[in-house]
Amino acid sequence: MNQFQYVRVTNPKAAIAAITKDNTTMFLAGGTNLIDLMKRGVTAPEKLVDITRIPLNTIEKTATGLRIGALAKNTAVAEHELVMKNFPLLSMALNAGASPQLRNMATVGGNMMQRTRCSYFYDTAMPCNKREPGTGCGAIGGYNRMHAILGASNKCIAVHPSDMCIALVALDATVNVAGPKGERSIPFGEFHRLPGDTPQKDNTLQPGELIMSVDLPMNGFAGNSHYLKVRDRASYAFALISVGAALKMSGNTIQDVRLAMGGVAHKPWRLTEAEKFLKGKPATEATFKQAAQIAMKSAKGYGENDFKLTMAPNSIVEALKTATKTA
Amino acid sequence: MKDHENNDGSLENPGSSRRGFLKQSSALAALAMTPPAALTAVEKGLDEKLATAFEQIPLKVEINGMMQQLKIEPRVTLLDLLREQLNLTGTKKGCDYGQCGACTVHVDGQRVNACLTLAMTTDGCKVTTIEGLAEGGPTGKLHPMQDAFIKHDGFQCGYCTPGQIMSAVACIREGHANSPDEIREYMSGNICRCGAYSNIVDAIVDVKQSGARV
Repeated sequence: MNQFQYVRVTNPKAAIAAITKDNTTMFLAGGTNLIDLMKRGVTAPEKLVDITRIPLNTIEKTATGLRIGALAKNTAVAEHELVMKNFPLLSMALNAGASPQLRNMATVGGNMMQRTRCSYFYDTAMPCNKREPGTGCGAIGGYNRMHAILGASNKCIAVHPSDMCIALVALDATVNVAGPKGERSIPFGEFHRLPGDTPQKDNTLQPGELIMSVDLPMNGFAGNSHYLKVRDRASYAFALISVGAALKMSGNTIQDVRLAMGGVAHKPWRLTEAEKFLKGKPATEATFKQAAQIAMKSAKGYGENDFKLTMAPNSIVEALKTATKTA
Repeated sequence: MKDHENNDGSLENPGSSRRGFLKQSSALAALAMTPPAALTAVEKGLDEKLATAFEQIPLKVEINGMMQQLKIEPRVTLLDLLREQLNLTGTKKGCDYGQCGACTVHVDGQRVNACLTLAMTTDGCKVTTIEGLAEGGPTGKLHPMQDAFIKHDGFQCGYCTPGQIMSAVACIREGHANSPDEIREYMSGNICRCGAYSNIVDAIVDVKQSGARV
């Protein structure tokens, strides 16, 4: 690991002040991804600002829903009474990610900030437009079994690895950030971005901005939620495909629905067209299959990941069946 | 990794490395924990002294009930601190990337991967390693989980065992040891290449059912 300067701050203002002085400074929260990347030489910050002592780990009720502090640990969120009761999809997604040890360390904000697990991004001997813009993409035409089938570009076909973010994008979360220019809120779906010509940018945060909290609006989805994660082993592996499904049912009719997919794109992938189609329809396998086809309309395989073109729609159907208890 | 050794294995002149490092020193005012020596160095414009002060920063951490007052480089992980500086080699380095769980220790009662924990972030915390698990220290009576691993043959080569045991104790304390399935899920962060998994689960079930205080 490179040498770096270590700074510990205890309030957001000091954190933001410490980071805007130069662009080689990074915030350190749980460190489960950042320290890994630093050990491998993928990232080499000259200064780390340890934000873990900032009191931003509360989970509290608000007038419209729930506010989760950016430094709340993944375990604390997944096992919080209000989260389990009102947003079971979030608990399920969190518990499907990483290991108990890593969930004890990883924070909500850090989870959102984690980089892709694309092996070409991690291998500093290989070309990667995300790690080193302009060098090319090793995954296009390479080993791309884990890679994107939706929203990719000819510069990058990496996927975002988070499970938590699939639940948050499905549940219409909002990200509250603070920066040198003040505070602002970002709809969760606009926080992460597609690769386009600038895959080095994972998200829309501006330099020096710090994630403060995530807001979840109350919804009627608690009774019909499911997070399905398909992976190479039963636990502790990144998703090949994951589906977050949350529905509000009236008898057998779908009153409202939220759908999002992981393991398919550079950002947590919300299935808005499929949602629109499902609203007002009966919860049957035939409807679910049609919705899945709509969701896959622009999907494209890159060779080794062609199996995802079948696995993804099948997973959407399975998640919907489980969530609506029609399996 | 040795001081000043780059990722490609080459060695760098410590002086020039320090100068690169010092480009950051203008941000000093933002430091929440500036060692007094560094402040003095800034005042006197003594860059080399400043670099030295930052390379070794103070850390106060309680490890297995003993308060340790240390000076470390910021890049030292908790795992390397335990093994290389405190000679607590019970905690193992497997993958060093948070994938195998061999380095599992408890920080303030929570199981974590010591390899991905910068030691500096444990300032003021209580750390428990496999050496501190038994009542009365390393020469005391074994912890019930240690006994159970022996009874059920929960290991072959033994390399992952300290991590497995620290994780197993946490698994019960967290309330995630209510069935073999739940144990398997909540022990998934600890890999055993010998494949002693079924015996490990048996050991955890045994301790849980015995009602022993873990």
